[in-house]
This record gives sequence, structure tokens and C-alpha cells, in this order.
Amino acid sequence: MANIMIRRDAKGALSFYLPKRDLEDTIVSIEFDQPDKWGGAIRLNNGGAYYIEPLTSPPSLPISLRAKRLDGAE
Amino acid sequence: MSHLTREESEALIAEVLDVYPDKAKKDRAKHLAVNDQSVEQSKKCITSNRKSLPGVMTIRGCAYAGSRGVVWGPIKDMIHISHGPVGCGQYSRAGRRNYYVGATGVNTFAEMNFTSDFQEKDIVFGGDKKLAKLIEEIEGLFPLHKGISVQSECPIGLIGDDIEAVSKKSAAAIEKPVIPVRCEGFRGVSQSLGHHIANDAIRDWVLDKAEAKAFETTPYDVTIIGDYNIGGDAWSSRILLEEMGLRVIAQWSGDGTLAEMENTPKAKLNLLHCYRSMNYISRHMEEKYGIPWMEYNFFGPTKIEESLRKIAAFFDESIQQKCEQVIARYKAEYEAVIAKYKPRLQGKRVMLYVGGLRPRHVIGAYEDLGMEVVGTGYEFAHNDDYDRTIKEMGNATLLYDDVTGYEFEEFVKKVKPDLIGSGIKEKYIFQKMGIPFRQMHSWDYSGPYHGYDGFAIFARDMDMTLNNPCWNKLVPPWKKPAESSAAAAA
Ligand code: SF4
Repeated sequence: MANIMIRRDAKGALSFYLPKRDLEDTIVSIEFDQPDKWGGAIRLNNGGAYYIEPLTSPPSLPISLRAKRLDGAE
Repeated sequence: MSHLTREESEALIAEVLDVYPDKAKKDRAKHLAVNDQSVEQSKKCITSNRKSLPGVMTIRGCAYAGSRGVVWGPIKDMIHISHGPVGCGQYSRAGRRNYYVGATGVNTFAEMNFTSDFQEKDIVFGGDKKLAKLIEEIEGLFPLHKGISVQSECPIGLIGDDIEAVSKKSAAAIEKPVIPVRCEGFRGVSQSLGHHIANDAIRDWVLDKAEAKAFETTPYDVTIIGDYNIGGDAWSSRILLEEMGLRVIAQWSGDGTLAEMENTPKAKLNLLHCYRSMNYISRHMEEKYGIPWMEYNFFGPTKIEESLRKIAAFFDESIQQKCEQVIARYKAEYEAVIAKYKPRLQGKRVMLYVGGLRPRHVIGAYEDLGMEVVGTGYEFAHNDDYDRTIKEMGNATLLYDDVTGYEFEEFVKKVKPDLIGSGIKEKYIFQKMGIPFRQMHSWDYSGPYHGYDGFAIFARDMDMTLNNPCWNKLVPPWKKPAESSAAAAA
């Protein structure tokens, strides 16, 4: 588990930040993005994937969350 | 020499890599690339923020340098203790030319070197007592200081001193903030982690503690983040913002104060110049206090204009109107600068190798003068910095990450640029090779280079360096070809 931060970048896309490794990337997909469920598996532009426990509503960004690494991201 | 094609650039990299042993070659190959604007992810072509290879000559600094030298050092009304042996602080003292106003030694201290000067016995028995004593002495000798930061050098982490405990106790005793910073030089691969650690220390020890402080705000409060006022950079940026009708409530950290840092969470917008060293704190303030931040670039009129408009877009129409007026007002000024220097600099080719921001930020300023950047690289950038650099650089130009002394020299020999912009360690090598050189960390004792006023100085300096008559005098008379000396005699 690692602390991550999700925010919206200047272009409006979701961007992922992992402070521990100073890793920054855009999020290409997020599993749940519905009014009543937000989160799940997220895929990064660099091919990595993380899992965040789904929230019951879309949060106000930026937000710091705990995430589990699924695969790939260096 | 004309431009290198993609194949030629690739061949050049291969040739340079050829002298390395296999393993080193494999590693260094990942850090050198030929730019391709169509690439979206720099990761595909260049690796960055990795440990330097043992045995090569890297140009990087350490985490302590990133924290003490870059982020904390310029905060003028605090005293920053270089905690550990004397050298780390003494050899880096005042080298960055962070200008500030104040009476040094009375109410400002940025140029001074405070150190606990570790000796063998401190390493053996620990230096906590010495630190406490030092803080007490500082309080007696410099009562007008507003706070102290303890910047750890390597040995502190190695011997396991508890600087946090000492800081807490001393802070209570002197009733001022004492901030321990765990920026030992061995952490991370370059100064970059030092910036991050320093940002985190500010977050935990300054911002969190100042939340209750009252501060009268206006709807037009902005801050300048990541401008270290090298040669006055922050000042020449600040006046543009103020002329636009904004109020600059804090400068981080060039000519900055502790109180300004404490006020920052009350701003409406954080303006971030050096992304690499201060994005951390901007992110934090965005999440915790809801302050948006934006990256801007005040090098050269094209980028300044773009940035000013982008900043104004965050505010109402009165600001946007004034922004246009500012741009219009300076137009005659910078057009005159371009008219004067462009003919002298047109078509000249530049190679850069700087820290974490300028390798891409100054490209626009060179282009405004008709010059072209044909190679660029960072000491301590991360992937996202290269993502943005790729778009700024021309196709088939060279990119080099954490370049080694040898690689840089070889590149220069082949590319034969008209000007090199890098640091003091590189300066004399290239000058002796007969290539005009500007220090792009300290502005070669000149500056400011930010803002419209800075652009005029930038243009003058580049011209002065490039068109200096000395470059024609590098061959001694007895080595000149015969006919020219015969002509001179006649
Ligand atoms: S690496 Fe360690 S010893 Fe060297 S300058 Fe940095 S803090 Fe000092």
C-alpha cells in the first residue's frame, strides 16, 4: 500500500502522483466513475496499474488516498 | 556546422557510448536520446532520476544541497544551520546569488554560513549537545532572527543523532521555530530528493503550525513559488504581477521570509516557476487549502506574454484588462531589444545543461532572439520534465540526462555549438576549447533574466559572450597560417 494523490491537470485529465517515488503520470482509465461509486483499478499512461478502495461518491480533487499496486508501474 | 540529421545524432550517441564497458554503456544509453516531438511519453526514449553510474563524472549535487542551498537557504530572516562538518556549508555558501534586502548579520542571514563544525569527538559521542549549545549561542548573538532550520549533512543520519528532540526542546527555550530537516546528502540520487524533503519540512513545521494566524486577504493575492531571486529574478517577475493589479503576498524562497511562507495558504493562486523544486508544496496546498497552482515561464517575451495571459485568466476582467496593458506597455521595450540583438545572434546554436527547469524554460528566450537550442539536458529532472521538454525542442536535437563530463565534451566537439549554457564546473573546460559559455545557474554574476527587464539583460549578456572579440584571438600569432601573417606584415 502506498500513499498517492489524484488531481486534475491543466487539461482536465486525472493525474496520478506517488510522492514516495516522485512518480507522476496521467490516468488513462478508472474502473468506477459513477455518481455512487468512484475508484477501483486505475491504469496509468506508463502502463502501471493501481487499486484504490472505491468511494461512495466522486471526491473533490485533489485527494490523497491509499493505493495498492497491481502491476507494471516502475 | 550545419544541423545534425536524426541518423547523425544517433551515430554520435553510439560513438560516444562506444568507449564505455558494456554494462556502463547499457546504462548510459538509456539516458541519451535524439528528440522526437511525436513521442508523448519521455519514458520511451529517455530514463531519468536514476542513480549516477560509479566512475563517471556527474555534475549533480546532493540532497543537502537541494534543501539547504536551494529551498531553505534563501529564506532570509531565518538561520539555517549546516549541521555536520564545516565543508558542506562553507563550499556552497552564497554560491547561488539569491539576492535579498536587509542588513546581513542583523535581521537577515542568507549569505552567512552557520555550522556545527563536527569534529571526530562529535561523530563518536554524538552532536546533539553541540547543536543545543549552538542554537543558544545564535539566540544570544543574533536575537532578531525569526527561526532556525537544522539542515542535516551526511554524518547526522549515519550516527543517528536525534535532531528532532533537540529542535523541540530548543524551540521551547528560545520561543521561536526550530525546524529539523532530514536532508542528509546520501538520500536519493541527486539534489531533487532534497527539494522534496525540504518541502515536506515546510509543510509539517511551518504551514501546519501557522494555520491559526490572522492575515488580511484580498481577492488578488498570489504568491511566487520556486523563484530563488537569482540576481534579482523574483523582483523583475514581481513587478509584472503587481502592475497587473495582483498582490504578491509571498516569495518562495528568494528574498522570502518565514512570515511570507506562513501567509501562503491564504493566497488565491500559487504561481509556480521552478516546478521541480516546489511542486510538492503546491500540491499540498491545493489539496489542503484548495489553492490552485499553475506553472509559468517568465523567460523571453513570447513565454512571458503567454504566462501573463494564463495567470490573468484566473481572475476577473479588470485584471485581464490590465494584463493586456502591461503587455502593450512593454512591447516597445522588448521589440527594441530584439531589433538590436537579433541580427547579431540570429541562427546561432546553443547547447544547454542545467538543473531541473531551465533546460526547457529558457528555450523560448533564445528563440525570441533567433537562436536555436540544439541540445539540452537536466541534472536531476524526472520523467514528467522530459515529457514537456520533448515538445519544446526541435526534432533530431540531443537530449542528455545526468550527462557525464566526458559525454558532454564529446557532444560539444561534434555538434560545435556557438554557445553553451551550463554551470561553473563546465565553464572553463569549454572556454578553453574556444566555445563561448554562459553560466546558466548563477547567470554568470549577472541577471536578473526573468521578466521583460530580465530579457534585456539576457539578450545583452548572450551577445556580449558570443560576439566577444576574444574568440578570434585563440590562435597565437606564430601558429596562424602563413599568408595571414604575411598580410599583416605588409
Ligand atoms: S553528500 Fe553529504 S558530505 Fe557531501 S556535501 Fe552533501 S551533505 Fe555534505
